[in-house]
Amino acid sequence: MQAHLLSILIWLPIAAGIVVILLGERLIVAGRWLALLASIATLVLSLPLLANFDTQTAAYQFVEKAAWIPRFNAFYALGVDGISLPLVVLTAVMTIPVIIAAWTVVKARAPQYFAAFLIMEGLMIGVFCATDALLFYFFWEAMLIPMFLIIGIWGGPRRVYATIKFFLYTFLGSVFMLAALIYMYVKVGNYAIASFQSLPLTLVEQRWIFAAFMLAFAVKVPMWPVHTWLPDAHVEAPTGGSVILAAIMLKMGGYGFLRFSLPVTPDACRELDLFVITLSLIAVIYIGFVAIVQADMKKLIAYSSIAHMGFVTLGAFVVYEIVRTTGQVQGAAMGMDGAMVQMISHGLISGALFLCVGVLYDRVHSREISAYGGVINTMPIFAAFMVMFALANTGLPGTSGFVGEFLVILASFKASFWYSTLAAVTLILGACYTLWLVKRVLYGPVANDHVAHLTDLNGREFVVLGMLAVLVLAIGIWPQPLLKIMDPSIHHLVTQAIATKIPV
Amino acid sequence: MTAWQSMSPAIPEIYLAFAVCVVLLFEVFAGVKRPGATSTLTLLVLVIGAALTVRYADVGHQLVLFDGMYVADPLAFVLKLAGFLIVAVALLYSRMYLENRDILRGEYYVLALTALLGIFVLVSANSLLTVYIGVELLALSLYAMVAFDRESGVAAESAMKYFVLGAIASGTLLYGMSIVYGLTGTLDLGVIGTKLATPGSLGVILGLAFIVVAVAFKFGAVPFHMWLPDVYEGAPTSVTLFIGTAPKIAYFALMLRLLAHGLAGTSADWTLMLTPLAVLTLIVGNVVAIVQSNLKRMLAYSTIGHVGFIVLGFVAGTPSGYTAALYYMLVYVLVALGAFGVILLASRKGFEADKLDHYKGLYQRDPLLALVMMVLMFSFAGVPPLVGFWAKLRIIQALWETSHLGLVVVAVVMSVVGAFYYLRVVKLMYFDAPPDSLPATLRPLGPRFVIGVNAAAVLALGILPSPLLDLCSRVIH
Repeated sequence: MQAHLLSILIWLPIAAGIVVILLGERLIVAGRWLALLASIATLVLSLPLLANFDTQTAAYQFVEKAAWIPRFNAFYALGVDGISLPLVVLTAVMTIPVIIAAWTVVKARAPQYFAAFLIMEGLMIGVFCATDALLFYFFWEAMLIPMFLIIGIWGGPRRVYATIKFFLYTFLGSVFMLAALIYMYVKVGNYAIASFQSLPLTLVEQRWIFAAFMLAFAVKVPMWPVHTWLPDAHVEAPTGGSVILAAIMLKMGGYGFLRFSLPVTPDACRELDLFVITLSLIAVIYIGFVAIVQADMKKLIAYSSIAHMGFVTLGAFVVYEIVRTTGQVQGAAMGMDGAMVQMISHGLISGALFLCVGVLYDRVHSREISAYGGVINTMPIFAAFMVMFALANTGLPGTSGFVGEFLVILASFKASFWYSTLAAVTLILGACYTLWLVKRVLYGPVANDHVAHLTDLNGREFVVLGMLAVLVLAIGIWPQPLLKIMDPSIHHLVTQAIATKIPV
Repeated sequence: MTAWQSMSPAIPEIYLAFAVCVVLLFEVFAGVKRPGATSTLTLLVLVIGAALTVRYADVGHQLVLFDGMYVADPLAFVLKLAGFLIVAVALLYSRMYLENRDILRGEYYVLALTALLGIFVLVSANSLLTVYIGVELLALSLYAMVAFDRESGVAAESAMKYFVLGAIASGTLLYGMSIVYGLTGTLDLGVIGTKLATPGSLGVILGLAFIVVAVAFKFGAVPFHMWLPDVYEGAPTSVTLFIGTAPKIAYFALMLRLLAHGLAGTSADWTLMLTPLAVLTLIVGNVVAIVQSNLKRMLAYSTIGHVGFIVLGFVAGTPSGYTAALYYMLVYVLVALGAFGVILLASRKGFEADKLDHYKGLYQRDPLLALVMMVLMFSFAGVPPLVGFWAKLRIIQALWETSHLGLVVVAVVMSVVGAFYYLRVVKLMYFDAPPDSLPATLRPLGPRFVIGVNAAAVLALGILPSPLLDLCSRVIH
């Protein structure tokens, strides 16, 4: 079983999803439990990955390889390293709260709802595990279909606009990546990501490929100025959709930068790093200001996500500046460590915040901040959770939010005083928009009758938020195990990223 | 070579010509009393034909027969088998539709079979004469099919349009062929290939231009596409299904035999002519499809868009490009069969489900049909895990192999534009509430099962694309 663990992680949720659909509306109780069991089983099965992971090597582990399309030399090749493993586990973790949060809340076409998320889970794990670029792209694109349906069927009033915008934006980015992948395939004769990474490319070729990757990943992350689909998609998506979108789908963009852009086109990255760093800093600062003025809770968290993801791209690309200013490689790894921790941490925190909004929305059916006030009086336990996640979002020490941001700021300090200063502005802006949100929603006198009749968390919601709170604190207090898992792969990635691939 | 040996690879055509007569006689004597019987008999004819083809026409290598008029090779074998399958499925989807419109008559099936015979002749053509016979046999059958519903004024108008423009195209083709014949002194495509091995003179280019125009007309490539949306929209939907699927095999073969084999020496000239054609076709097809409100018309423009991709395979001008074009064509036909089949099953007596609005809330009214249509639309858009993705991938690969950066960019951008109108169909079916006024969909067991299998095949070949990809590479050498 160990040998096929990754395959099981991919196909078990997908198979369960299909069964849930077949069970249909009449057997929805059975379907619900099956969905929950399948998502828990996936998480449990992902634990042996953590336990048996060799933290001494950067090589892919739990490798599987089978012929898929012999004519293209494309393989069904899976494996995880220190970069993908945490994201696989994050995916497995975050699907459970989505299933539980929808338990009795989603009434219309419930079987399809659960099935869509289970199928998504399998496809997303596939994205992180694939070591063959064609297989990677296959999962990457296939995932658009369930997400398109999730936003379109269970979303808010402007769901059609939002979901079509979401689909077309990501599709446009991805097809250029596909063209770049096929270009490299024609040169090298197979689709293994590793052979793309070692393929010598001239600077001109690298620039084009970099641009294609940039389109695909920048849309997914999303980076300013191609971020506009995200607030729409988040606002209109059902709670579960927002959680998965923020917690995992955005991470695929970051993962793409680390897996493709940096190692495949290192020279183009070196040349264009200031471009990416500038966009990242704009995301951190400008989007931070935009978040402050939002009147819709989900939109506010969506903008906050864009700002936080700016740290991921900053951490990844600041490497070149560090090497340029200090001439040393040591400090470079810190930026990438920070980017990775930030991805995991943001996955947990943004997911939790969207779940908090979902809790309120299920009761009051409004996402407007002005519809609330004084919630703490009627929902004290909920308020405690929300304050904790809000503080984590601002990067309070002791929570996972602190670790990632701190590492990135520290690393960018080595590159330039100004990068770190500008990046550190987020600590202020983040506190502004998050704490102001908390103040307006939770504190003060009870604002209206709706709030006065609120009931506190039920057991289901408590379990969900509690689980995420434990993880946020655990990573915040003791990030070492996580860093240790990533360490060899990050170092390997840094060497790849700063090497040159231009043929002599 | 004994007489039998020289005949047996042509069994599919001989059998089909014979079967046409049998079906016609059967209709005359027995069909009037039992209107559905001819339909069943035709399906039987097609099944037996496929079995005979497998038994006799499965040749391992290229055989040229009948004094160079006819060629039997693995490509012809595969295309003929595909022809039997496609026509059988198309007729199966159509039966209830024809019945509801009181046009379930034996002649319809006879015409379908003669059209198939025309396709076969074209697929195995090795001489300009055979090519022309095939083209005309196919085209005349199709004109008659479009006009089959004599009560319908729109259908008659479409048939007229199709006929007049088609006749001009046939004339163009004939004229181009006559120039080639005049320059080479032979009708044999193999001999023409050796005589025109060097890049062409002005005369050859002139002949080529006429041939390319005719081929572009048949395929519906812009700017020779004007007939296509009108015919697709005006013809009875069962005929649209037929025109949209089976003849594509023939036109692919026409392009391959005529341009890629016969005129291979002048490929530099005709790829140059096809390049602007492909780009225009991609852009016009996909952009104009966006504004359509009639599903049949939208699918017509979407066809034009897909034809652009097929032509791109020929623009690459390499065996890999032809393989990609063949693969794209087969995939397109598989998906189009299902898509027009859904229209047929969503229609009923006195109600034609051809407006996009008729698909509002289809999910609530008929989940199976909506699921099938969604799978097909995503496949048309080229989203994995559906087979349409591999077709696009294969074309882009062929373009990269020949370093066509600009065409790759056009192709990927247009596939995004295309995604928009396919998504709109999914949106109507899944996100909108059904209006009260729409009648229920048809629920005949057989066609519904087959359309389910059709969609399942689109998914299965998307997850495991190897068999079809291998097949296409093997038959194009």
